[in-house]
Amino acid sequence: MSNLKKLTKMRLFLPVFSMILVMAINVVYDIASGNAPFNFFTISLNNGVLYGRLIDVLNRGSEVAILAVGMTLVVSASAGTDISVGSVMSLTGGMCCMLLAGYGVTNVSEYAMPLWAGIGAGVLIACVCGLFNGFLVAYMNIQPMVATLILWSAGRAVGLLLCNSQIVYVRVASFQKIGAYVGAIPTPILIAAAVVAIAALVLRFTALGTYIQSVGINKKASRIAGLSSAKIILLCYVICGLCAGIAGIVATSRIYSADTNNIGLNMELDAILSVALGGNSLGGGKFNLAGSIIGAYTIQAITTTLYALGVSSAQAPVFKAIVVILIVVIQAEPVKEYFKKRSAKKAVEGGVQA
Amino acid sequence: MENDVVLKMQGICMTFPGVKALDHAGLTLKKGEIRALMGENGAGKSTIIKCLTGVNKFEAGEIYLDGFEGPITNRDTMDAQSKGISTVYQEVNLCPNLSVAENIYIGRAPLTKFRTVDRKQMNARAKKLMEELDLNIDVTANLENYSLALQQMIAIARAIDMDCKVLILDEPTSSLDDREVEKLFQVMLNLKKKGVGIIFVTHFLEQVYAVCDGITVLRNGQLVGEYTVEELPRVQLVAAMMGKDFDDLASIKPEGGEIGKDAPLVIDAKGLSHAGTIKPFDLEIREGEVVGLTGLLGSGRSELARAIYGADRSQTGTLKVKGKEAHIKEPIDAMNLGMGLLPDDRKAEGIIGDLSVRENIILAMQAKLGALHKIPMAKQIELADQFIEMLQIKTASRETMIRQLSGGNQQKVILARWLATNPDFLILDEPTRGIDIGTKTEIQKLVVKLAGEGKSVIFISSEIEEMLRTCNRMAVLRDGAKVGEISGDEMTQEGVMHAIAGGDSNE
Repeated sequence: MSNLKKLTKMRLFLPVFSMILVMAINVVYDIASGNAPFNFFTISLNNGVLYGRLIDVLNRGSEVAILAVGMTLVVSASAGTDISVGSVMSLTGGMCCMLLAGYGVTNVSEYAMPLWAGIGAGVLIACVCGLFNGFLVAYMNIQPMVATLILWSAGRAVGLLLCNSQIVYVRVASFQKIGAYVGAIPTPILIAAAVVAIAALVLRFTALGTYIQSVGINKKASRIAGLSSAKIILLCYVICGLCAGIAGIVATSRIYSADTNNIGLNMELDAILSVALGGNSLGGGKFNLAGSIIGAYTIQAITTTLYALGVSSAQAPVFKAIVVILIVVIQAEPVKEYFKKRSAKKAVEGGVQA
Repeated sequence: MENDVVLKMQGICMTFPGVKALDHAGLTLKKGEIRALMGENGAGKSTIIKCLTGVNKFEAGEIYLDGFEGPITNRDTMDAQSKGISTVYQEVNLCPNLSVAENIYIGRAPLTKFRTVDRKQMNARAKKLMEELDLNIDVTANLENYSLALQQMIAIARAIDMDCKVLILDEPTSSLDDREVEKLFQVMLNLKKKGVGIIFVTHFLEQVYAVCDGITVLRNGQLVGEYTVEELPRVQLVAAMMGKDFDDLASIKPEGGEIGKDAPLVIDAKGLSHAGTIKPFDLEIREGEVVGLTGLLGSGRSELARAIYGADRSQTGTLKVKGKEAHIKEPIDAMNLGMGLLPDDRKAEGIIGDLSVRENIILAMQAKLGALHKIPMAKQIELADQFIEMLQIKTASRETMIRQLSGGNQQKVILARWLATNPDFLILDEPTRGIDIGTKTEIQKLVVKLAGEGKSVIFISSEIEEMLRTCNRMAVLRDGAKVGEISGDEMTQEGVMHAIAGGDSNE
């Protein structure tokens, strides 16, 4: 009993619990429909690459997981969200493909420019977007939602402009590889893992985590204690831009084309939701990166599950919303209080009986 | 319940994680009585008040209120208010971005017949209310435009405007100057005549004996006793609060008196200023010297110190630190020159509420080292434990969030944050505000000890006595300008008062 209590008090308990819940639904569904009970977890090797629903979740969830890293830091430091990340992903894709194909060209099977230059320029422009957002928030004191609204609407449009309002295809194997496979493993999984690992290492071995949380909790006091609050907020937005850039390259490579109207569409919402599902307060301050990452994959798991259950892609958002509401409500403070009170009451009653 | 008793609390128990905050504490308040609630930091004063107002849920005990059969419990402050219990908290709990009138009538604004807020009437009523308190201010301006002291008065106005049987004032005077305190006392005595029972929490002994009828003393969450003022003279009150004989404050005295002119200059400011807050001033501080800044509230004491530290960037003049010209743009620049600033507004500029005691202690040191040189966890723990022990910080553990600590203990943590950076020059802005006598003495002793080790200190306090005990020299401020310095024989209560008041001043 006391072990169970300890478990439920852990910060990561609810995000993990939500994840397990989604997986359990899969198991129940598989049993009910006569499949092998652990179909969801089955990983097989088809045509030399890994295959299975779990792999699919990890693969498809990569972009949101990468975005969640940056979003977590932005939420923590500035008590606001960067709603431009989806747009910036699209801009990154547009920039990258435009350079690789050459301006105005819509379909190439050879690079017009080295691959690294295309990717580099794409990620760079994403960082510049982050710098722009960060400058507005940190130095102009504009509310994050409003500041990032600018690029939310403009980013995608600029991307479209770069591509001369067309879909630019880059049909070169080395470019497609980023969104495909390395050996048997999907490349996006590896990229997401690398981004998460680097973020974790940086937070572990530098004091950046303490700085960001401190600024997020009390900007004024942090400044008096010697932190450059504005610089730290700016840095978080740049990191968020960088993450959007990386996610943008992955998303573009998957379809080996800059479909600027669709790349990263609504993905900022999934990224924000990941942060919330991870048990982080959107009011800033303390953050939990692992929670956000689990949150990101939970969202993807919900989507994948719905498709597996035969829900059409048009209806899926409704069911997704219901699941999300449930998960968020479980984590809400009043609900936690209620359960705490109930268990306390039970303990008292038990004591009387004994 | 006895006839003239308006409030009776008894056997109140409450635990915070790891700490028994109240252990059978209680309080009895009569109609038309001003009762001081006394105790050291962490004695449970704020906690028992929060139990009364429904902020904290207590585990055992009863509260009886005049006009109600049997024990009452308040679900929240609104509930308490509807029963006639109003509170003004230690820290101003108002909305800075709402107008003064809106703050006063929030949740109970007068309505027009269309059920919208009747702003005209609200503003008029607010204006009248403020005038009753002798405050002539624009009630339609946002609260944040006013000083902390005025905000405190506005909070009081809000509380007394709601018809109340019991008014709780939780350290209302800690940010007020003498004149404003006087005004507050007038208000309190008026309310007393109307039969309102007032619970007055304060750390200033003089104020207790100036207005109170009775005293209730708490210690470590327990009720020590309830007395009338006559029964409990000052020394015995202190003894009751501390549970031991009073360590005489007079025993600490700076040893050397004035610091010799041969001691090297640490701070040499010429013509520093910050537009709108402090006019150009010169100030010299030598090694091992404690310089006090004195003046009325709003005279520019904090602002002068902040201009040196770079909290408000100085726009004119030159600053030499240890003989070298310094260009301070941000606090971190000042810190790299060996400075530290303990700000007067602890809640807004001191604590990082959601971080642990440990993280709060190492923060300034970590900021100096830079993000890339993280202090190893073992070292952080060692530092935190060292300061918790040295300053006797009362906390459940080093990982407790600082906002769960009592005000005085939070202040000690901030002090520890600066001591950890081993500064040469420390600015302490109201370090003893809202802190009990025992801790006050400790902090004063610490200041004298630091000076003895060759560190320089700027000490700012509203209590002249305290400054006389700790400072070698004092700078006097009036209306945003430094108007003179006093030292040697002039350093008496009277001399300081004269200098502050001006007129036939010692300039």
